[in-house]
Amino acid sequence: MTERVTIDPLTRIEGHLRIELETEGGVISKAWSEATQFRGIETIVQGRDPRDAWAFTQRICGVCTTVHAIASITAVENAIGSNPPQQALLIRDMVMAAQEIQDHVIHFYHLHALDWVNVADAVKADPEATVALAKAIGSTWKGNTVERMQAVKDTVQSILDSGQLSIFTGGYWSHPDYRLPPEANLMAVAHYLDALEFQRSMIRINTVFGGKNPHPNFLVGGMACTLDPDRSESINQVQISEIQNWVNECLEFVEACYVPDAKAILTFYPDYFDIGASSPNYMAVGMSGAVFAGDPNQTPRYPTAMMAIKPGVIVNNDFSTVQPFDPKLISEDITSAWFTYTGGQSTLTPDQGETTVEYTGPNPPYTWLGDSEKYTWCKAPRYNGLPVQVGPLARVLLAYAQGHATTKALVDDAVKLYGISLAQLNSTAGRTLARAVECLTTAQNLVNETFPTFVKNLQQGDIAVFDPSKWEPASWPKGAASGYSFVEVARGNLSHWVTIKDGKVSAYQCVVPTTWLAGGRDENGEMGPYEVSLAGNGKHPLVDSSQPLEPLRTIHSFDPCMSCAVHVLDPDGEELQVAVS
Amino acid sequence: MPVAYTLDGWQEPTLAENLARAGVSRRDFLKFCGGLAAAFAAGSAVIGSAPGASAAPTANPVSGEQIASALGAMTKPNVVWLQLQECTGCMESALRSGGTSVEDVVLNLLSVNYNELVMAAAGDAANAVLDETNKTPHILVVNGSIPTKDNGIYCVIGGKSAEMVLRESAENATAILAVGACAVFGSVQAARPNPTGAVGVDEIIKDKPVINVAGCPPIGEVIMATVAYILTNGHTPKTDAEGRPLFAYDQRIHDSCPRRPHFDAGQYVRTFDDEGARNGWCLYDMGCKGPSTFSACPIIQWNDHTSWPIGAGHPCLGCTERDFFDRFTPFYSKLPNVPGLGVEATAEKVGLGLVAATVAAVGVHAGVTAIRKSAGKKTTDHTPLEAFGDTEAAPSAPQTSAADTTATPDSGKAE
Repeated sequence: MTERVTIDPLTRIEGHLRIELETEGGVISKAWSEATQFRGIETIVQGRDPRDAWAFTQRICGVCTTVHAIASITAVENAIGSNPPQQALLIRDMVMAAQEIQDHVIHFYHLHALDWVNVADAVKADPEATVALAKAIGSTWKGNTVERMQAVKDTVQSILDSGQLSIFTGGYWSHPDYRLPPEANLMAVAHYLDALEFQRSMIRINTVFGGKNPHPNFLVGGMACTLDPDRSESINQVQISEIQNWVNECLEFVEACYVPDAKAILTFYPDYFDIGASSPNYMAVGMSGAVFAGDPNQTPRYPTAMMAIKPGVIVNNDFSTVQPFDPKLISEDITSAWFTYTGGQSTLTPDQGETTVEYTGPNPPYTWLGDSEKYTWCKAPRYNGLPVQVGPLARVLLAYAQGHATTKALVDDAVKLYGISLAQLNSTAGRTLARAVECLTTAQNLVNETFPTFVKNLQQGDIAVFDPSKWEPASWPKGAASGYSFVEVARGNLSHWVTIKDGKVSAYQCVVPTTWLAGGRDENGEMGPYEVSLAGNGKHPLVDSSQPLEPLRTIHSFDPCMSCAVHVLDPDGEELQVAVS
Repeated sequence: MPVAYTLDGWQEPTLAENLARAGVSRRDFLKFCGGLAAAFAAGSAVIGSAPGASAAPTANPVSGEQIASALGAMTKPNVVWLQLQECTGCMESALRSGGTSVEDVVLNLLSVNYNELVMAAAGDAANAVLDETNKTPHILVVNGSIPTKDNGIYCVIGGKSAEMVLRESAENATAILAVGACAVFGSVQAARPNPTGAVGVDEIIKDKPVINVAGCPPIGEVIMATVAYILTNGHTPKTDAEGRPLFAYDQRIHDSCPRRPHFDAGQYVRTFDDEGARNGWCLYDMGCKGPSTFSACPIIQWNDHTSWPIGAGHPCLGCTERDFFDRFTPFYSKLPNVPGLGVEATAEKVGLGLVAATVAAVGVHAGVTAIRKSAGKKTTDHTPLEAFGDTEAAPSAPQTSAADTTATPDSGKAE
C-alpha cells in the first residue's frame, strides 16, 4: 500500500525545505523536493550601485556567508575591468578557505551527525573505553581525555534527567537503525561540542580581514583591510601570527578529529554506500575555493593551488573521461518551479535568464504539493540537458580523475577501507565522506599554499590590497558592461552574472549550488538530484514513516542551503552583453 | 487571571521554588495553570484542524494540577527559536558567541525545544515539539521576516505561512526577541521593491512588546547576552525607542569609535588603501554610517573581541538601523549625500539630527504603546512575570519598556 510522507520542516539545514514522499513496503517510490521560501534578492539589486551589490547578495546566505559577496565583487570587477592586487585575492582565498572549513565542520557535527549518532545512548558509555576507541580509530584530537568524556557524559545525563531535552526533544532515539556503540556516541557528542569551540576560534581569520563574521565586509577592487608590517593600524605581524595559529588549528582539527570521526562513523553504516545514489554526472571548475573572474577555462592572472584541477564534467559515472566544461551548456528549467518564461518555453540559458513569479500552488496552510506539475520555488539547472551533482563529491571525483595526488591517496585509502568501488561514492555515505576528504585538502591548501604565499609576498614588501583605477563610475566602460564569476564554494559551483548600465546594476543573476541539487523535475520528467537520491531506484529505505531517519541521512548528505537555492533572475529578461563562454 | 509578582532571576532549581521565592502562592500558581489547561484544550483543537500539522490532539484533557506539577518541576525556561524568511546568519552568529556560548544556552540555561537549524527532530516530530512548547509559557526568539504578500506563500514551514507560525508561537510567549535585521524590519528582502512584502515581527505581533536585537547579523555575544539578561534579571532589558536593548545599542558608533579623534582632526581616508587607511584614519569620506548608527560594535567588537568592521578598514554599513539597505545606500557615499536622510551637513550635525529624531520617536513609541495597551484585551495593572510564567502579564511590559525608553541616556550624551 502506498503511504504518503511529508518531511517539513526538514531540519538541520539552511533555510526551508519540504520533502514529500510516497513509500511502499518500507522503501521510497516517489519523491518531491520542494523549496518553500522565496525572497527575490536579485530583483532588489536592480538599479543599485554595483559596488554595493556584494552586501545585498551576501545576505542570500549567512551559512555560506562570504561566498556570494566574493562571487559578486569578482563579477563586478570582471565587468568594469578592475584588477585587484594579488594580496587582496589571497586574502579572499583565505577567507573562503576558513569559511569552507568552518562550513563543512558545522555541517558534519551539528547538522548531519545526529542522523548517525544517538545522543541519548551516550550516557551508557564508559569514558575510558571511549578514549580507547578514539585512539583505535586514529583520532589524535587533544580533547580525547577521560576527564573530558566523563564531563560530557555528565552533561548529557543531566539533560536526560531534567526531562527537558532542549534541541534533542522529539529525536528518534528509539529508532532501531542507530548503530553506534555507546562509546562512539559519546565520542561524537564530545566532538560535537569541541567543534563548536573550534569554529568559534578559527573563524577569526575572517574577522581580521573582514571585521566580522557572519557577513564580513568586502570591497570591489580589492580589500578594505590594509597591510603594513610597520604600522599598528594595518595588519602586521601581530595578526599574521594569530592567523598562523588559526590556520594550524584548522588543519589540526580536520586531521585529528573530523576525518577520523567521519571515516569511523561510516564504517557502522556501510550499506549507505549503496543507498542514496543520485544523478551520475558531476561538474566543477576547480577545487574548493577556486575563484575565476570570467571564463574559468582561461588561466587567470594569479593561478592558485585551488586551480590544480581543471574545469570539467564527468558524465554517467565515466571516471576515465573528463569532458571540458562549457558554460554555454547550462540551462535552467522551470517545469516544476513557480515561475514563467515570456516565450512560454521551459528552459533558458542563464545569459537569457528571466524570472517572473507565477505561483500556482495552494494557499497555506496546505498538506500536499506533489500532485501538481509545479511544486517548488527552486529552478532546475541542467548541464547539456542532464541533472548534475556539484559540491564536494563532484570536486573530489574530478580531482581523482585528473590525478590530484593528495585527493587520490585519500580516496584510494577510503575505497580500500570500505571495500567499495569509485562509483559507490555516489551515495549518501560517499557524499559525507567526500566532504571530509575535501575539507582536509582545503585545510592543506590554506596552510601549505595560500597563507605562506601571502606571508612571502608581505615579506617582499607587497602590501597593496586595492586597485583604485576603476573605483569611480566615470572610469567604467561606456554603455553597458557585463561580467561574471565562477567560484567553487562549500556546496558546489557558484556563478554570479552582472550587467552594469549608467553606473547602476541593470541585470543580476546567480546560479547557485543548491539550485543544481534541490531543483525538481524538468521538461523531460527527469528528477533533480535530491529526488533521484531518494526515489531513483526504488530501493531507498524508510522503515517507519513517523521517524524518517533514512531520508534525512540522504538529504543531509547534500548539505542543503535553501536560501541560496531560490533566487530570481533579471525580471526584464535582459540579455547579458557578454556571451557565456 | 494575571498573577502579580516579579521573578527576579532564576535562582532556585525549579520553577515552583522560584515562584515560591518570589512570593507566589501555591493557590495563585494553580489558578494560572488552570488557565493554561484551557489553553491546552483550545490549542489541541486548533492543531487538529490545521492541515499539514502533525501533532495528535491531546487525547485527554489535562488538568491544571497536572500542568502545575509538570511546570513546577521544570528546571529551565523553554524556548522556541523560529527561523522565518532569512539567511541563517543570525543563528551562525549565535554559534560564534564567545561570552554566553551556544552550548551554555542550549544545554544548561535553557531548553531550546524548537530551532530548525540544530534540533534533532524533523517533520512531524518537530511540529509536535513546536505545538507542545507553544502551549506553555516560553521565550520566543525569532530570526527572519514575515512575507505578507500573496497570502504568505513566500515562506511556508510545515505547511503553514510564516505569519501563522509566528502568531501561534507568540500566543503564550512571555518574552519575544526579534533577533537580526530581518526580524526587526525585514532587512534585505524588505529593501525596494520588497517583492514579498516582508515585515518585521513587531508589525505582526502588536499586543506584546518585542525586543529588537538589531544587526545583520547582530553580534553573537549580544544575541546570547539578551537571553542571559532575561535569565539573570527576570525581565527583558531596557530598550531605546526602536526596541533595542540599551546594553548594546545606547551608543552611537561615531561617539565610541576609536577613530573619532581623526574625524575631529580632519584626518580622513580619501581612497581605500591610501596613507590614511594604513594609519587608521576616519572612514567618513568613504561612506561610513557610524555617525547615524547605534551599536556597541566598537566596544564589544566581533568574534571574541577580534576586530570590528571599521577596525578592519571598511566603513560601517549601519546594519543595526532600520531600512539601512535603502536609507544608507549607496554605501560608499558620504552621509550627507545619502538620499532620504534629509540632512545636509557634517557628520556631527547628521548625528544630532538623528538623536533629535530618536527623541521624537520615543514619544511616538510611547504613544503606540498606549494605543496597543488600550486595544489589548488584557489588564496591565501588574508587574509582569516575564520570561517564564504569567502569559497574561506580558502585554504590560511595554509600560516598562516605554518608561525605560524615556529614561534613555541618549539626550544626555547627545551634547
